[in-house]
Amino acid sequence: MHALANPARFLRIARPATTWLLLVGLALAIAGMAAGLTLTPPDYLQGETVRILYIHVPSAWLGMAGWLGITAASVSQLVWRHPLAAVGGRAVAPAGATFAAICLITGSIWGRPTWGTWWEWDGRLTSMLVLFFLYLGYIALASAERERGGEGRIAAIYGLVGAVNLPIIHYSVLWWRTLHQGESIGLTGSTIDNSILWPLPLTLVGFTCLFGAAVLMRMRAELAQTKVEARMRRMGA
Amino acid sequence: MNPWPFVAAAYLVAICLTGGLLGWAFASMRRAEAAADALKHR
Repeated sequence: MHALANPARFLRIARPATTWLLLVGLALAIAGMAAGLTLTPPDYLQGETVRILYIHVPSAWLGMAGWLGITAASVSQLVWRHPLAAVGGRAVAPAGATFAAICLITGSIWGRPTWGTWWEWDGRLTSMLVLFFLYLGYIALASAERERGGEGRIAAIYGLVGAVNLPIIHYSVLWWRTLHQGESIGLTGSTIDNSILWPLPLTLVGFTCLFGAAVLMRMRAELAQTKVEARMRRMGA
Repeated sequence: MNPWPFVAAAYLVAICLTGGLLGWAFASMRRAEAAADALKHR
């Protein structure tokens, strides 16, 4: 990670990586969604609404992974003062907020025909909503700090405090057994039949690549903007 | 209850929001890099 501390070296890697992540991400996400909509059978209980799984699960994973990225950037900023850490944190936040929003909206759409309600103040749903609001707070705080010329330390501390919500989201289905079903996909296996499950890795990897591409594009935009601001200051002096 | 309008709405939301995020990130990157390049050549 420290090898990428030099912005010029980072950009040499980020430029081709952005294109590759975009292309691979689009191909896999489109293939996974098409397969999920047309090639898999309906579930015996949920029927056709099970197809929402192929977009809901990746967005839930990316909503949480985004905050994990902010936590890593915050540690990197506070402990090692990595020059790209604050830029990385600010770049991850809009992507994480978008996928947290997709997770909440698609879950709500799935809930109406399956549970008979758009929303329930269940542990998993509420903690995910809290994550979305944490993202909004981080975006506001980090941009305000950047405008005032700060190093991003306050946003980094906020990022670390917000990480408390991640285990709450993960274990909410075990701690509070309410409407949301328990864990059906783990690291060692899944309770979902393979005939339904197989397009999910495609959308998981595909949307993760698109997430990565969005983060790299935002980082490149911030670095270019910083370069412009520095040059304008030199010209003004 | 016909499930397909719900499935279609969920996919539409995911595609539009992901597309919006990528479009916004791409446009802001192009704008910022073009401004940095223009300043370099001045």
